[in-house]
Amino acid sequence: MTTDKTDFALSFMSALPQAQALGLEILELADGVAVIRMPYSEDLVGNPDTGVIHGGAVSTLMDTCGGAATIVHPDNAGGTATIGLRIDYLRAATPGQAVTARAECHHITRAIAFVRATAHDDDPDRPVATATGTFTVETLA
Amino acid sequence: MTRPAPEPMQVVKLRRDTALAALAGRVPYIRFLNITFDRRGDELTGVMHFDEKLIGNPQLPALHGGVTAAFLEVTSIICLSWALLWEDVESGALSRGDLERGALPRLPKTIDFSVDYLRAGLPRDAYARAQVTRSGRRYASVRAEAWQDNHARPIATSNAHLLMAPEG
Repeated sequence: MTTDKTDFALSFMSALPQAQALGLEILELADGVAVIRMPYSEDLVGNPDTGVIHGGAVSTLMDTCGGAATIVHPDNAGGTATIGLRIDYLRAATPGQAVTARAECHHITRAIAFVRATAHDDDPDRPVATATGTFTVETLA
Repeated sequence: MTRPAPEPMQVVKLRRDTALAALAGRVPYIRFLNITFDRRGDELTGVMHFDEKLIGNPQLPALHGGVTAAFLEVTSIICLSWALLWEDVESGALSRGDLERGALPRLPKTIDFSVDYLRAGLPRDAYARAQVTRSGRRYASVRAEAWQDNHARPIATSNAHLLMAPEG
C-alpha cells in the first residue's frame, strides 16, 4: 500500500471543483486502481423524456477515475493529464441509480499510463460503459 | 410564372430559433454545463460559458478533461439533431406551435466517443463546432473540435458514432 500517495490523491481528487459539482465519491484508491461513484442527479439528465443521464457525465466520471488510477500507480511520481480517451456506451444507465466506475492502470511506461475502465449502475453484471485511456506520467527527476 | 413571396426574415428566424431552443434548451445536463448555441443560418457554434465548477485541476487551473469531452459530445449530438431537423424547420413541416409543444424527433444516442486532448483548457469560455461526416438511416459519424481564444489552436477534437432514433 502506498498510503502517503493515496492520501495525497484523495485530497487532490476531492478538491476538484467539477468532482464536487458531480458529487463524486472515491470508494477505492490505491496501487493503480480507482473506484469512484457518481450519484444520480436531475442535473445530469441528457434525455428529459426518459430521465437517463447524459453520456458526457459518464465521460467525466471515466476521465476522473482513469486519472485517479494513474496518480496512485506506484511508478508515477506526480500528477497526470489525459492524452486520449475512448468510451463505448453499452446501454443507458437506469434512471435514479448511481453510476460507479472502476479504472485500472494496467500498463505504465516512463511517459504513458494505459488505463481500462468499466462503469455500472445497480446491476454490476451489465456494465453501462467501458473505456480505454492514455494518460501522461511524471517520472522522478 | 408566379412564386409565393418569400417569408419575412423575422418569421424564418423565429422558427429556427424556436427549433434550436426546443432542441438544446430542455436538456438539464446542457444547462448544468451552461452550454448555449450561437446560430448563423444553419451553422451552430456551441459556447461553454466558464464557471468555477468546470475546473478539474485547481492548481493550474484548467478545465476538467471530462467536461471538455462532455462539451464535445453535447455539441456533436445537438449539431447532428439540428442537421436532421433542418429540412422540416425550413419547409414549415414543423411549425412554431409544434416546436413550442416539444414535438421534436428523439435525440440520437451515442454508441462510442473518442477524444484527443491537445492542450489544457484555460479557465475561460470555450467554443465547439461539429461536422456530420456520415448521416445514414441507422448510424451517423460526427467529428467535433473545441477551442478557446484561438481557433487555430484547438484544445480537443473528438469522433463519435451515434445511433439514430427510430422513426415515428
